[in-house]
Amino acid sequence: MNNKGFGRRILTSPYIVWSAIFVIVPLLIMVYFALTDNNGIFTIQNLQGIGKYKKAFGLSILYAVIATVITLVISYPMAYFMTKMNISSQRMIMMIVMLPMWTNFLIRTYSWITILANKGIINTVLNRLGFHTLRLINTPGAVILGMVYDFIPYMILPIYSVMCKIDNSLLEAASDLGSNGFSRLRRVIIPLSVPGVISGITMVFVPSVSTFYISQKLGGNKTLLIGDAIEYLFNAGPDFYNIASALSLVLMVMILICLAVMNKFTNEDDGGVII
Amino acid sequence: MKILSKIYVTLMLIFLYAPLAVMIVFSLNSGESVWVFEGFSADWYLSLATNSSMISGLEHTLIVAFLSAAISTVVGTAAAVGITSLRKKISQKLVMSVTNIPMMNADIVTGISLMLLFVFVGKLIGLDESLGFLTVLIPHITFNLPYVIQSVLPHLKQTYRNSSEAALDLGCTPVKAFFKAVLPSISTGIITGFIMAFTLSLDDFVISYFTCGHYQTLPIVIYNMTKKTVTPDVYALSTIVFLSVFVLLILYNTVQNKSDKRRNRHA
Repeated sequence: MNNKGFGRRILTSPYIVWSAIFVIVPLLIMVYFALTDNNGIFTIQNLQGIGKYKKAFGLSILYAVIATVITLVISYPMAYFMTKMNISSQRMIMMIVMLPMWTNFLIRTYSWITILANKGIINTVLNRLGFHTLRLINTPGAVILGMVYDFIPYMILPIYSVMCKIDNSLLEAASDLGSNGFSRLRRVIIPLSVPGVISGITMVFVPSVSTFYISQKLGGNKTLLIGDAIEYLFNAGPDFYNIASALSLVLMVMILICLAVMNKFTNEDDGGVII
Repeated sequence: MKILSKIYVTLMLIFLYAPLAVMIVFSLNSGESVWVFEGFSADWYLSLATNSSMISGLEHTLIVAFLSAAISTVVGTAAAVGITSLRKKISQKLVMSVTNIPMMNADIVTGISLMLLFVFVGKLIGLDESLGFLTVLIPHITFNLPYVIQSVLPHLKQTYRNSSEAALDLGCTPVKAFFKAVLPSISTGIITGFIMAFTLSLDDFVISYFTCGHYQTLPIVIYNMTKKTVTPDVYALSTIVFLSVFVLLILYNTVQNKSDKRRNRHA
């Protein structure tokens, strides 16, 4: 009996030790940096200084929410239509949806500049057709488009994999009981796909709200998101580690609150839903 | 309805692939720009062979991806088996919440907290340069582990207790029971975990960005190039990566379809 307990501990302990050192301790160090000044003396000045970044926080949340909503709205029908195909095309189309994720996301983002720039593909076509050049690049719209584009597979896949598992007999039962297509969607499919939607929202919102590359490339220098601010401060040197840690800490807490609120809506306690 | 859904799916695929099409077309540009297309040429592909920073970046990426995926697969599988056999619900929950931290946290926070740890420890032991190969490898293992655990765990829940108990009853030692009875039934989860870890590691930019120092992986090399004017060679390299993955996936898909057919015939 003892022997068994020992074996169990041997299996999990490398992982537990690893997580303690490389997950918990780093976060504690970050908190330490956030709550001290350059000389290591306790202060709440860093947290008070965050007021300066109110606008960056606000913009980040706004853009990330808009991007997440758009992603959800266009991904949901996609996932639904995917489940209606036959099995071999389903597998094929899954692959096609996932494939862009294997291309470096910096390149995927950068390619949009070629499409959106003032002399880019869209504007060239518009000019040929006799329209004026549209300002597409370096706008909030371009940043949101970048977020939607980069993270959309993370929305489609979890919704699709949940919808796949919906028992067909439930839909038949609904029809037998007099549901039409719309009410089947509203009363059976949508409620049952909530876990996938929640996990998709998480997987799009978190990277969107904390991004710095997308905003720099597609938003020009004007859009300062919270990710940009953190990245900028960390690159400015060790003197700025404290304030940057404070910003990261607030970002983390904010994300955790958002996730906690969202998880209230699901009663899955499997410990996180993943694709 | 049928037609509508086809149009919708097609539009989505166009959206998903438009930037990739741009990438492929401009990788063949004979000019220096990724804006103005001057004509077809494969020169940028040939120039890759002599681009030492890209080649070393690719090397670093592959080394880190392979090592981190291998280590996290072994440690993560062991952890998953251990977690399943934890008797107390509370300790199981506790371990799982720690597991979820790197998955839920923003990459930028994970990257920064790890960088602070490395710089902190580096200062303590008096290193001049605390960031390098190890400080890329360690974060990659760290963010891979939860995904390996999450992909192995569901398979264990189905089979672990029954099969390992049966094997023990039939006289296996616990180690033998694991290799003979448990391992075969969770191998799909382990392989999925490894592949996921490998691809996550290949693609990671944000975390490595903060912890890499001079040990630049490919995404970091690409990032530095996109800071200046981008020439089509970056696109050429990405096109090669894209096409290799594409071919691999097609192969995988055909193999799967074949084995499906075989299974159906037997059934």
